Amino acid sequence: MKSWLTTTDHKRIGLLYFFTAFAFFLIGGIEALVIRAQLAQPNGHLVTAETYNQLFTMHGTTMVFLALMPLSASFFNYIVPLQIGARDVAFPRLNAFSYWVFLLGGLFLNASWLVGPLFHAGQLNVAPDGGWFGYANLTERQFSPGPNIDFWLLGLQILGISSLAAGFNFIVTILNLRAPGMRMMRLPVFTWMTLVTQFLVITAFPVITVALAFLMFDRFFGTHFYVSQAGATPILWQHLFWLFGHPEVYILILPAMGIVSDVLPTFARKPLFGYTVVVYSGVLIGFMGWGVWSHHMFSVGLGPIADSVFSATTMLIAVPTGVKIFNWIATLWGGDIRGTTALHFAVGFIAMFIIGGLSGVTHASPPADLQQTDTYYVVAHIHYVLFGGTIMGLFAGIYYWWPKMTGRLLSEPLGKWHFWLQFVGMNLAFFPMHLIGLLGMPRRIYTYSPELGVSDLNLVSTIGAFLIALSILLFIVNIVRTRTQGQRAGNDPWGGATLEWSIPSPPPVYNFSVIPTVANRLPRWKTEHHEPMRDPPAAPPAPIHVPGGSWWPMLAAFGLPILALAPLTHTLWIAFVGVAVLLAGIYLWAFEPFEV
Amino acid sequence: MTTHATHTSLGLDSRKMAFWAFIGSECLLFTSLISTYLVYKGRSVVGPYPHEILNIPFTSVSTFDLLMSSLMMVLALAAVQRGDMKWGKIWLFSTALLGLVFLGGQVVEFTEFVHKGLTLQTNLFGCTFFVLTGTHGAHVTVGVLWLLTLWVRALQGKLTAANAMTVEITGLYWHFVDVVWIVIFTVVYLIQ
Repeated sequence: MKSWLTTTDHKRIGLLYFFTAFAFFLIGGIEALVIRAQLAQPNGHLVTAETYNQLFTMHGTTMVFLALMPLSASFFNYIVPLQIGARDVAFPRLNAFSYWVFLLGGLFLNASWLVGPLFHAGQLNVAPDGGWFGYANLTERQFSPGPNIDFWLLGLQILGISSLAAGFNFIVTILNLRAPGMRMMRLPVFTWMTLVTQFLVITAFPVITVALAFLMFDRFFGTHFYVSQAGATPILWQHLFWLFGHPEVYILILPAMGIVSDVLPTFARKPLFGYTVVVYSGVLIGFMGWGVWSHHMFSVGLGPIADSVFSATTMLIAVPTGVKIFNWIATLWGGDIRGTTALHFAVGFIAMFIIGGLSGVTHASPPADLQQTDTYYVVAHIHYVLFGGTIMGLFAGIYYWWPKMTGRLLSEPLGKWHFWLQFVGMNLAFFPMHLIGLLGMPRRIYTYSPELGVSDLNLVSTIGAFLIALSILLFIVNIVRTRTQGQRAGNDPWGGATLEWSIPSPPPVYNFSVIPTVANRLPRWKTEHHEPMRDPPAAPPAPIHVPGGSWWPMLAAFGLPILALAPLTHTLWIAFVGVAVLLAGIYLWAFEPFEV
Repeated sequence: MTTHATHTSLGLDSRKMAFWAFIGSECLLFTSLISTYLVYKGRSVVGPYPHEILNIPFTSVSTFDLLMSSLMMVLALAAVQRGDMKWGKIWLFSTALLGLVFLGGQVVEFTEFVHKGLTLQTNLFGCTFFVLTGTHGAHVTVGVLWLLTLWVRALQGKLTAANAMTVEITGLYWHFVDVVWIVIFTVVYLIQ
């Protein structure tokens, strides 16, 4: 127990990230099921409008910040050091800090479901309810007097610190801890996409930090950053939020694209088609992701010039994305394909992401977008890219790397059932939303009348959502069964080309008994010019120093939610306690002898 | 504080590289704050307005003080690098002291503004001015704490030439905070 609490091992932290994020994924999923149950029939009355507002807000916030990002982070942690031939990340204790801040931030946000009575409100009354992008000025104290928005903005501030710390850590890890011969253009694509993602994180998160800080000042100290009577414009929030928000979209999808780019070659027994183009497309997407934010704001009325520019850049960003899709298809073409579950999910990713990409391009046209804004059409789009895209990609990664992380292979038959149920379920759940939206059903409204003519489509969508839930249940059964009955993985169950498959599963604490020297892009495959590399010996030739654990990252992390309690409860002395804990953690951490 | 002599792919110290990434991130933070100041410039519906209240001569002195602290920082690093801990201590303490003087100036300035009727809540100028310069002041405060920590470590004999990288990184932070002030001084005070 202690060894897990103080761990600085990237593999353990990766597992902690996985199980924590998966738990939040289930919570977010349950919220979605309640939403779908409410909408299964017209004039539904399962939950009240107030509860419904909290459900969709927490569903969105949870899935984006507590499920998808940290599930990707679990692979950054576990896989990236293995793929570059390193013994750990550059800053192991900072890595532990990121995890604890994430966990505490997630608990802080979700505590809002339970603590209503402490704020003299009923149960299920104080969870965030302003939507996952919390538009001003609805979020001002005047219009949202309760602690709901406080939970949201303080929780997001805490989580931002976790992401930023991890961002610096992984940038340095990937740039500086590569094994000899692992040049940048030999990095596995997943590691490349991780690098691009981290650059987006460290540049995008400061912007939302400022946006949230303004909101915090407005709500707690009576400033007027988003108050129109004072001459301010609430549109400032939209600009700042989407300046962060659109890069955030790529923060969510690029890791999944990286996973798919590693899974497809393994199961097609072919090198990735156009490696350099895939990498450069990813980098280009990272840059262009900064120039499209106002397409979230066409309905604001920014004027024809702004609309035209953002329309053009949005259509343009589809190009590098499309390039990648053709590269993936070309990778499969003529390959020696093995239809594993991981490959199913990877191909499912491509297909579903194409649909999401196409509906995305339809938003790029302002006149069309005006029809789609705030309807279920947008909900369909976001779920095709984030569920059909990111979640499918992440599951490809889970089935692919689970044997590396645990030493046992997930059951393939159960995996296929999981895939097909999820695939059918998601299309039933999300495809009708395109039609529901075009027929005029607004998003975020807790019920609808039968005259709208969308009752049957909504029922289909709800059935789909419960099919997805069933598929996730099968996945849970699969991981539980695999613990005891799973087939042993050995070093390399798939014949993978990259370094992580050259060492035992799960890897020893030092990862590589001898740091490998890399001669080409696919070191473990035989190519025209290269013999496959020799795997490191089972036992290290000399003892390897492994850093011990540390309590201080966790202590420092505790400072942040304590600090956040001060504004939440309007109690000044708690702030001093928070700062004291944070400082104590940082100083003990800085002066602790810790040899990496 | 341990020394990191391990081999790295780019031949750069990992902590230093992380710090450059952090500074890149901080640039976006201050860009957002400064942009907001500029977007809201001239949109206050009630006074006091910037030209009625900003005291350029006073702030010029503060600015000069902060610039000089950067010079002290350079001297501190040079002294530590050549193992001259006597002067290392003196320059480290001087840097922190000039930082404290700057913060004192900010306290005086803020107090005077409040007396003249400009608070955080008065108008958009108050909101954007105090949050922008306050965020910068918070950064200076962190820097002062950091410098004083190094100074105490040096007094204890635990900071030596072997830790020059630590001092160099502190210097990176300090110079960055200084440069940000130059931008703020120009944008907020000089170009009204």
